[in-house]
Amino acid sequence: MEFEARAQLLDADDIARVIRRVAHEILERNKGRDDIALVGVRTRGVFLARRLARTIEEIEGGSVYVGELDVSLYRDDVAIRRASNVGVTQIDFDVNDKKVVIVDDVLFTGRTTRAAMDAIMDFGRPAVIQLAVLIDRGHREVPIRADYVGKNLPTSGNEKVRVSLTEIDETDMVEVGEERER
Amino acid sequence: MKEGGGGYRNLLAISSLDKDDVLSLLDSARSFAEVSTRSVKKVPALRGKTIVNLFMEPSTRTRMSFELAAKRLSADVVNFSSSTSSLSKGESLKDTAKTIVAMGVDAVVVRHGSAGAPLMLTDWVECSVINAGDGMHEHPTQALLDLFTIRERLGRLEGLKVAIVGDIDHSRVARSNIHALRKVGAEVVLVAPQSLLPRDIQRMDVAVAGTIDEVLGWCDVLYLLRIQLERVNESRFPSLREYTLLYGLTDARWSELDHKPMVMHPGPMNRGVEIDSSVADDVESVITGQVAAGVALRMAVLYDLLGGSHG
Amino acid sequence: MADSILIKGGRALTFPGGLTGEVDIMVEAGRIKQVEAGINAGGAMVIDASGCVVAPGLVDMHVHLREPGMEYKEDIASGSRAAARGGFSAVFCMPNTEPPVDNLSVAEYVYDRGVDEGFCMVLPHGAITVGRRGETLAPMGEMAACRAGVMGYSDDGDPVANSEMMRRAMEYARTIGALIISHSEERSLSDGGQMNEGYYSTLLGLRGIPGEAEQIGVYRDICLAEKTGATLHLAHISTSGSVELVRSAKRRGVRVTCEVAPHHFSLDDSMLTSYDTNLKMNPPLRSRGDVEALMEGLADGTIDVIATDHAPHASHEKETEFDRALFGVVGLETCLALVMTKVVDSGVLSLEDAIARLTEAPARIMSMERWGYGTALEEGDDANLVVFDPEQRWTVDPGEFMSRSRNTPYAGWDVRGRVQHTLFKGRLVVIDGELAEGTR
Repeated sequence: MEFEARAQLLDADDIARVIRRVAHEILERNKGRDDIALVGVRTRGVFLARRLARTIEEIEGGSVYVGELDVSLYRDDVAIRRASNVGVTQIDFDVNDKKVVIVDDVLFTGRTTRAAMDAIMDFGRPAVIQLAVLIDRGHREVPIRADYVGKNLPTSGNEKVRVSLTEIDETDMVEVGEERER
Repeated sequence: MKEGGGGYRNLLAISSLDKDDVLSLLDSARSFAEVSTRSVKKVPALRGKTIVNLFMEPSTRTRMSFELAAKRLSADVVNFSSSTSSLSKGESLKDTAKTIVAMGVDAVVVRHGSAGAPLMLTDWVECSVINAGDGMHEHPTQALLDLFTIRERLGRLEGLKVAIVGDIDHSRVARSNIHALRKVGAEVVLVAPQSLLPRDIQRMDVAVAGTIDEVLGWCDVLYLLRIQLERVNESRFPSLREYTLLYGLTDARWSELDHKPMVMHPGPMNRGVEIDSSVADDVESVITGQVAAGVALRMAVLYDLLGGSHG
Repeated sequence: MADSILIKGGRALTFPGGLTGEVDIMVEAGRIKQVEAGINAGGAMVIDASGCVVAPGLVDMHVHLREPGMEYKEDIASGSRAAARGGFSAVFCMPNTEPPVDNLSVAEYVYDRGVDEGFCMVLPHGAITVGRRGETLAPMGEMAACRAGVMGYSDDGDPVANSEMMRRAMEYARTIGALIISHSEERSLSDGGQMNEGYYSTLLGLRGIPGEAEQIGVYRDICLAEKTGATLHLAHISTSGSVELVRSAKRRGVRVTCEVAPHHFSLDDSMLTSYDTNLKMNPPLRSRGDVEALMEGLADGTIDVIATDHAPHASHEKETEFDRALFGVVGLETCLALVMTKVVDSGVLSLEDAIARLTEAPARIMSMERWGYGTALEEGDDANLVVFDPEQRWTVDPGEFMSRSRNTPYAGWDVRGRVQHTLFKGRLVVIDGELAEGTR
């Protein structure tokens, strides 16, 4: 399958603005940075979590916990998709009583978020779990709602959203398009 | 991994894997190692899957390692070993296989004294088969965990110089390690008297040395195999004392070494025979590391075989 | 059934003589009456043999028909039918039955069962030692004198381990004009072995049987034959070393002959990577180099005979772990096709020379004229004939075997050369490749 872009939704500046806004929202909702832990969902959620953490630190000073999560082992659809290489999960802090913010690039069916919550619970009992996403494209299959949304983007079922981040891609941008057989 | 009959994925031998298969299992084992460090050492990845440990040869370590690996992935595990099963009553492997099929399991982990038994099982069962050691043939998960341990400690595999010392002829661990190490580009030298080397072993693209002194100072990894007393009765070598003299990692040899290699052993060690007790104490951390790596690696294997759809 | 049969339009293969042009062969009252072009059929039943070769019925010096004692694997009824379907008119049964053929009554039992069935001659070889235990000589003279007329003696399945015993056996056999058939194996080297010792046994982790185990046995028995002046036949030789030992012994004038089994020249040990127990036999499948040496041995005449070592085993004895599976493969129904496909097609031997290894040579070694078996296809000879199409291609399907056992490594092989008809003492026992039941 090959992604064929139809339109660009966000450019690098847009993404930077979204990060800044969401960082402020997180601080506002949680009344400061104390006990906040950002847990990025692999792969791009991790980079977004790091960017958010850096922004929060710039605003408030101090440092924010950042964790990395690979949710492959918690998915409810392993029987459907081929097992791929499992990435490393790294949560070096105690999650008990933390205000954990799950960070992901695109919120779609909600199943990934469900898996991420299960994974976090296996590390302990956070005080609260919140969800921050860059794009919410609708089509939920489980009752999950994001607390912080960069951009709402109603899509049709066969449309796809592609998020590029400079950490692993060439640029920062979000595109919408279709996947086609090569 | 190889697709077997009926589209089931199996792990039968390192010889049938390619380099990418090996490396991708090592990569994924790294992620699974993390699971074992959590307070809740369990993920739901294989929930609802049933795995049978079919052990027709005594083994505690490997069986426990597979059992832990399966349980940490939330699979259900049934143990079936020859001492408690009907195999000792003369039931054939084929009949046992049919019973397993009837139970509707997802994978069989098999340890068997006969080379080729796991391959044979793939014809008779309708599930994945994992070789946990078959006769003198292969012990693929041991080799993979050994490579994993080496890579974690030394940071690479390609170009490493590895010496394997001891009873190569009877060792499935040696065979699997030779295949695996050659695939990832390590150099391998086998150290043993010719009476403990299988015929034409050089065709496996390895070199041979006659005593341990020829490789000490050269090798980055020194892999000692367990030597068994019954080989003396088979006239493979004269005595354990003489074995130690020529092939033992003695305190004297060890203390003289400037560049000390990483020492590995599949366990359990014969202290005072292939390795002096004081040296064993020095290198114990690597060997217990091998054991810990075993669980992670076997989780990676189980997940790779069972954690996806077929085809 | 017509008393006379006219085999029309085939090319006859005779020894001496070789391959003729198209001729007709009239068979009457069990014997060959006339061999000539354009014979008038008269009232005879006509068999169309155009495109086929009509050769003397094949002779297999080495089979295991398992009767008495192991009828669940094979018996003389099923084994002699398998032989007829494979084009054989005579098979020699190894004496490792239960009880073994180490006395005249078991020898006569085997012989009589063959006569009862009537598909081919079933002739027993006798054991060298009582119970095949290698301790005391079996009554060779008695077995030779009985109606089974036993001439070949072997403890096949096991070697005669004690060299003194073998020496005495040869001396005694020489006196009574008998032939010693050696199963050459030095057991202290082969014990516990599962396959040829070499790269593949190393790769597969299966205990090896070194070629030297066979060669030491071959060399010992050649030495003893040379010393005693006995006539020696070496069963199933499988290594280049054995071929060389026989070659040099023959050069020295030792009275030695030897045989090779089709599996040893058509398969090699690299195929065992499948752990297919139908590839497990003793001697084991050897290396590519050994196979080449066997072909050379056939080409230069060092190897006199092709014999199947037909060794049926029940499925439960093969469908098991490799090191628990029994040694042996069936061979009667695939032999001729393998000889055509592997030996003739590859140019190792001409059709005439290849068929001679299955007819003229074993008949000479076993003095088959005693049994009315001739290879010259002359008027008055017993009509033991095989009519085969040397070009016909077919696929081996063990399900169609007449043998009770199916332990063949050739399932699914495309081979060339198929038996169309077999005549045994003038009776059609195989018609169009199928057994002619109820023709008696």
